[in-house]
Amino acid sequence: MRRLFVAAAVLALALGAGAAQAQNKLKIGFVYVGPIGDYGWTYQHEVGRRALMEQFKDKIETSYLENVNEGPDAERSIEALVRAGHKLIFTTSFGFMDATAKVAKKYPNVWFEHATGYKRDKNLATYSGRFYEGRYILGQIAARMSKTNTIGYIASFPIPEVVSGINAMMLGAQSIKPDMKIKIIWVNTWYDPGKEADAAKALADQGADIIAQHTDSPAAMQMAEQRGIKAFGQDSDMIKFGPKAQLTAIINNWTPYYVERVKLALDNKWTTGDVWGGLKSGLVQMAPYTNMPDDVKTMAQQTEAAIRDGKMHVFKCPVSGQDGKAVECKGGTHLSDEQILGMNFFIKGIDDKVPGK
Amino acid sequence: MRLVLERRNEQSVAVAVLSPLLAVVLTLVTGAVLFAVLGKPPLEALRIYFLDPLTEPWALQEMAVKATPLVFIAVGLSLCYLANAWNIGAEGQFLIGAVAGGGIAVATHGTGAGPWVLPAMLLVGAAAGALYALIPAFCKVRFGASEILVSLMLVYVAELVLDYLVRGPWRDPKGYNFPTTAPFDPVAVMPTFSEASRLHFGSVLALLVVIGAAVVLRSTLKGFEIRLVGAAPKAARFAGFDDKALVLVTFAISGALAGFAGVVEVSATVGHLQPGISPGYGFTAIIVAFLGRLNPVGILIAALFLALTFIGGEGAQISLKVPLDVTKVFQGILLFYVLACDTLILYRFRVMPAHPKAAHAA
Repeated sequence: MRRLFVAAAVLALALGAGAAQAQNKLKIGFVYVGPIGDYGWTYQHEVGRRALMEQFKDKIETSYLENVNEGPDAERSIEALVRAGHKLIFTTSFGFMDATAKVAKKYPNVWFEHATGYKRDKNLATYSGRFYEGRYILGQIAARMSKTNTIGYIASFPIPEVVSGINAMMLGAQSIKPDMKIKIIWVNTWYDPGKEADAAKALADQGADIIAQHTDSPAAMQMAEQRGIKAFGQDSDMIKFGPKAQLTAIINNWTPYYVERVKLALDNKWTTGDVWGGLKSGLVQMAPYTNMPDDVKTMAQQTEAAIRDGKMHVFKCPVSGQDGKAVECKGGTHLSDEQILGMNFFIKGIDDKVPGK
Repeated sequence: MRLVLERRNEQSVAVAVLSPLLAVVLTLVTGAVLFAVLGKPPLEALRIYFLDPLTEPWALQEMAVKATPLVFIAVGLSLCYLANAWNIGAEGQFLIGAVAGGGIAVATHGTGAGPWVLPAMLLVGAAAGALYALIPAFCKVRFGASEILVSLMLVYVAELVLDYLVRGPWRDPKGYNFPTTAPFDPVAVMPTFSEASRLHFGSVLALLVVIGAAVVLRSTLKGFEIRLVGAAPKAARFAGFDDKALVLVTFAISGALAGFAGVVEVSATVGHLQPGISPGYGFTAIIVAFLGRLNPVGILIAALFLALTFIGGEGAQISLKVPLDVTKVFQGILLFYVLACDTLILYRFRVMPAHPKAAHAA
């Protein structure tokens, strides 16, 4: 009985403290899968967090946990943020999905936002970027710039986002040179500079003279710079790491989204939802087109504008699978978002196969 | 005058007890300096790090959850190390246990199988871990292969086996091609103490393992054999103990415990199989085993302490806004002092006269 009383008192105290804090400042937490210094995925989210602090100053307080393991620790890390009084929590990697969903269920009064996942709830929203739009442009540039007609692609995991990125790049390349080749190395990690650099070397040795990556470190860019070949940056502008190598980079620009969501939370108008922003919303941005002739640059800019204005769709039908047959066209004139989000096949012209399929 | 280290004739019991305490004190002092340099209030930082987690029921439970796999694995490893058998591959045995036990959960998913699933998972997980650990043990006794290398290499094999399964045959058909199995059914999930808590019955089993290992080491012939073979192999052979068989036995036990830890972890905290189910528990447990002085009770304390630094470190990241690196540096300082202070158990400081030659002549 006494213990029960003590527990109740502690709980009341904790709740009271939480409410008092909430009145002062909105506490916002971020859970990162990598280190903030990865110059890639996590770094870009951190840029967004810093922009929030700049914009909202003392109306908010932010914290982050970096390098959080996607296995048994994730749930505890998210809950630790909740218990420290955070009211709005962004979990920024797919692997945090189940943990975020569990904690969201347990704390219905806290708002959660999960990047790149598909599980939603009353207090759990999802958001991601249409990075495939940028990859189509990369494909076109690669086809124009490559002398060996071979793209080297460092891929992380064969999940739909990565698979659709490879397809988008090849669709872009094929629109210029139908016989472009792509060599893919799966490194099974999002962030491992050593492995990424090794993969880049192996791809270069196999004749690829343009390196694209779906991993988060600038290691491949540095390797391309040393070897005198070209590469595309990923997540952030990596021009510092490859002043002579970088053609452009796909930049994940989370800031506008974060600002919008925090505004809603401050006005108490936050609701759940699912945002998949692309070039149009500015969530996906292209770094300056460098190290290429002017006509290639013009072409890239035109394609970028066309996609942004909705004049063209990357996956416009018909899209042929590896067997040469056209894939069912569920989105009218292009593949539907569901088809892209669940993409599990390579298009015609890619010799590799999706691992595990 | 100069300071020299002199070997003690016998290990000092008092120092053996005092050395970890000294290490903690030195860590606190260094930590305070570190935080002060970073512009954080040192005392508050230390409170957030070491005291806050101990005063919150939630954090205490999380400590137990974090320590549970470390205790299982480290107790098993301590038996190996005491017997001079060097199992470095507990991480692999952990993963294979998780795969084998989790495999039952995957196979019975959606079949409405009864409550036998969880016990079967635990048994199979332990058995698989034991068999996996017997590979390096067998190679050692039969071919004289280094068990350190073989067990370590098998970690990578285990990682790739898990990787292959969750990307290939065991992948959740509804999982958008993400590398994970379908979530385990309720009958395959380790029960927790309450709906809201993550504290699960695996932690109780870990306590039982600690008690069991303590009894075995203290009061059984096998325990005596393990300690004797490690301390004096020749004498042990002379006494008729079979040291080769002992390598097999200790490897099997530690493999079983690591495999058990693996299946407990996936069943209790992860709820499905995926790559990265272990944040390096099998390697961290090696530190825990030595921090606990290869003694089951010591291991329990060491595992809880290490868990405390994880949870406290997380708290420090949140409330002090220090980067993860600071908490890692802090853990490193702690381990450094623990090992440094251990020197005092075997050696003592002695103040010598200024001129060694003069001292020699005298």
